[in-house]
Amino acid sequence: MKSFRAIIARDLLLAVRQGGATFLALVFFLLTVTLFPLGIGPEPAVLARVAPGVLWVAALLAAMLSLDRLFQADFEDGSLEQLTLSGLPVGFIVLAKIITHWLTTGLPLLLAAPVLAVLLNMNDEGFAALLLTMLIGTPALSLIGAIGAALTLTVRRGGVLLSLLVLPLYIPVLIFGVSAIDAAVHGLNAKPHILLLAALTMAAIPLCPWAAAAAVKLSLE
Amino acid sequence: MDGLGEFFAMGGYAGYVWPAFGIVLIVMALLWITSVRGWNNSERTLTSLRDHRRRREASEE
Amino acid sequence: MSMHYFANPARFTRLAGRIQPWAGGLAALLLLVGLYLALVEVPADYQQGDTVRIMFVHVPSAWMAMFCYMFLAGASAVGLIWKHPLADLAAKASAPIGAGFTFLALVTGSIWGKPMWGTWWVWDARLTSVLILFFLYLGYMALWQAIEDSQKAGKAAAVLALVGAVNVPIIKFSVDWWNTLHQPASVLRMDGPAIHSSMLWPLLIMALAFKAYFVALLLTRMRMELNLRRIRALRLAERTS
Repeated sequence: MKSFRAIIARDLLLAVRQGGATFLALVFFLLTVTLFPLGIGPEPAVLARVAPGVLWVAALLAAMLSLDRLFQADFEDGSLEQLTLSGLPVGFIVLAKIITHWLTTGLPLLLAAPVLAVLLNMNDEGFAALLLTMLIGTPALSLIGAIGAALTLTVRRGGVLLSLLVLPLYIPVLIFGVSAIDAAVHGLNAKPHILLLAALTMAAIPLCPWAAAAAVKLSLE
Repeated sequence: MDGLGEFFAMGGYAGYVWPAFGIVLIVMALLWITSVRGWNNSERTLTSLRDHRRRREASEE
Repeated sequence: MSMHYFANPARFTRLAGRIQPWAGGLAALLLLVGLYLALVEVPADYQQGDTVRIMFVHVPSAWMAMFCYMFLAGASAVGLIWKHPLADLAAKASAPIGAGFTFLALVTGSIWGKPMWGTWWVWDARLTSVLILFFLYLGYMALWQAIEDSQKAGKAAAVLALVGAVNVPIIKFSVDWWNTLHQPASVLRMDGPAIHSSMLWPLLIMALAFKAYFVALLLTRMRMELNLRRIRALRLAERTS
């Protein structure tokens, strides 16, 4: 447990020191959301209608953008191999990386989302659901994304491939997240959608690190 | 002849029915042809590589 | 490399050579019978008219799209767990076939949809799921392509196939969920009216024809992949000796 926390602390420190990833993800998020009013027109009613979907799609893409750095730097300088030799199960190392990824991208996106929701004129009823679904859903993005990042570890310029592998797997998160917000906006019961999203994340917590660990081991062979 | 014309007309839906069946047959044929061709090529390369190797081994002895 | 390694593949090649012509012949025969039944014998539907005939290629294609993915995932599991040397090849060989049938299910569905719905594409739950399945196939094939070391590529692709297989029912469920939320009032379902027994036989014959075609094609592609693997091994030996 101690080494587990040590990995997270080290990765967080590195992320803060380099600082680029979080900032880029946020700017990307903001920029993508800005493109929508420019693309479909500034009509408040139209924007309010598409706001939940736009926010989730943009968050999904922003989270995906930083995935390829999840293991890459540690893989290249050999510290990933060192870590696996330390006796800690690879699944735990992967989980630590996933937690760091969420803390440096998922959490900032979650905090930025309400501001962008204001820009898109989203109904007030949707804000609680937006925050809650992002809180539950963004960890699933990091978890599922880790599998893609691990599989493309040895691939040169794996970014495009990574998106091809990961985006189809993100679809259920997108659907449940957006349908929860839509339900809340229309004054309907958002609970079933949120429970399904939570079930998804719960299932991903044990399964994804395990699958990603298998993929990391392959790359290190 | 009238029966045949009627058959090809597909009750006015010829423009949908025939392309649908056509594309199925075309894709299936293309997959088949490329696979068989790929297999033939691989057989040929394999035999030439093996011949090459056998000849070299014979000359080394 | 010991003979033991090649023993199994050699036996496979012999066996495949024997089965392949039969499977191919059966596929051709069933396809001819099925096409005759679908295009001539089956009466036009009272609602959909002659467009109902498209069902006889669309539905078997959609079945094959699912079946190939299950086969691919099953072969990947065998490859990962028991390390069977042929399993990776079987999985790799089945992917383009599955992608082909998925593509056909999409295109024929779209062609069928035009007279039924009035547009080429409707975000119907079934078509959308098939479209996502198509992306899963593309990702799988792209991963094989991207990793140079074929041993590693095989294992990575197998992990991806299993992750995909776990996700397919979840995606299907979520798309159905999404579709019921956005269901327009009067959309004719893709399965059409309850299938009459006179339509069931042609449908089953077409489905069997596609299965036999799959077997014949799979064996051809597996033999090709096996040859390619031997070629790589020989070239490597050449270079190192």
